[in-house]
Amino acid sequence: MTAPLTWRVARLVERRPETPTAQTLVLDAPGWPGHLPGQHVDVRLTAADGYQAARSYSLAGPADGDRIALTVQRVPDGEVSPYLIDVWAVGDPVEVRGPVGGWFVWRPAETMPVLLVAGGSGAVPLMAMVRGRRAAGSRAPFRLIYSVRTPADVFYADELHRRARDDRGLDVAYVYTRAAPDGWRGEPHRIGAADVNTHGWPPDLDPLCYVCGPTGFVEAVADMLVGLGHPPGRIRTERFGPTG
Amino acid sequence: MSPGFQGRPRSAEPALPPGQYLTEDFPVLSAGPTPTVRPDTWEFVVTTETGAEYRWSWAEFTALPQETPRVDIHCVTRWSKLGTTWQGVCLDVLLDGVDTAAAYALVHSYGGYTTNLPLADLRGGKAWVVHRYDGRGLPAEHGGPARLLVPHLYLWKSAKWVRGIRLRTSDEPGFWETAGYHDYGDPWREQRYAGD
Repeated sequence: MTAPLTWRVARLVERRPETPTAQTLVLDAPGWPGHLPGQHVDVRLTAADGYQAARSYSLAGPADGDRIALTVQRVPDGEVSPYLIDVWAVGDPVEVRGPVGGWFVWRPAETMPVLLVAGGSGAVPLMAMVRGRRAAGSRAPFRLIYSVRTPADVFYADELHRRARDDRGLDVAYVYTRAAPDGWRGEPHRIGAADVNTHGWPPDLDPLCYVCGPTGFVEAVADMLVGLGHPPGRIRTERFGPTG
Repeated sequence: MSPGFQGRPRSAEPALPPGQYLTEDFPVLSAGPTPTVRPDTWEFVVTTETGAEYRWSWAEFTALPQETPRVDIHCVTRWSKLGTTWQGVCLDVLLDGVDTAAAYALVHSYGGYTTNLPLADLRGGKAWVVHRYDGRGLPAEHGGPARLLVPHLYLWKSAKWVRGIRLRTSDEPGFWETAGYHDYGDPWREQRYAGD
């Protein structure tokens, strides 16, 4: 029998706004066992009367000692995310348990080309892979296609701009669905096979493809990849439903 | 304790397994692309521990006695959905006449997914192969043309795009069971992850 994953107390160290409705929360979690890029953590809140509510969040960065980072999108009418974003104070405790999930992960020892396709807040676990690649000094060729409504909705915008410039072997392309910045070629549109074909890898390079976003996005992109000739077994998906 | 956390009004929550919350929509979770499976080439196969095979084509399967279970479903990602209505064939019907002494089942799907459970959990009117949801044909993203439905376990055990069941004398972990999730997955005992 595997040792159970135990709940441990973590405290908020720092919060960073990503967009008007999303924040990166940095936690100090003494004893955190480490994780792979793409894994999750369960976060549990306890009210004064003992009531508890828990949700899973993707980890936003690679293993970093006792520090873990999440990026949380505020879900209207949510139960946990509004607390984490609006109420939780630096130094206050929550409980965390993890890491969770052993499939939607990228291992830094992998050398194959990687295609990451993010829709909206689905960028979080893919950013953990981008950051993990850099942290490990990996030379695996990475391409990230990031679909967002508008430039203001991009998570990690400054860092992605910097990494696309400085991290050799990392390319970042954006698809805007509602409003594009000046200088972007084309009109806002939903991601299509042409975007995936232009900014992804050809199937004969046998890339590992990771797709994360809302269900409709993931279904559409996974179908496009299959249609472009990528074997289904090389396409890993994760859906980012509203995690209230 | 989490200072300032109140949570939802307690009275609004019906009886749910521990750590679950109620959802009205039907989230989709899967590990890869949705496979395209056409009913005219679909088949369902029960393979026993001796290698004997019992096969049903789509026409044969849909001609079997049908049930319409109305059940609550619980996903390990913490959402629960109450009173879902399905149509399909009870596993007791499919296993009737299958000669086996196996104690375990490894369910396998089109697209390569697998999940394991004790054979006893497929018997006794607790499990179905369903092909309709809420009065309509089962959409592909929810496992169509047919999926397993084992509602007393977390929903990853209810394999989408189900293709067959291998009956085994020993337990062999499936896809999520080898990726850190619990071997059995009882939501009422909150068996989410290995070791819970």
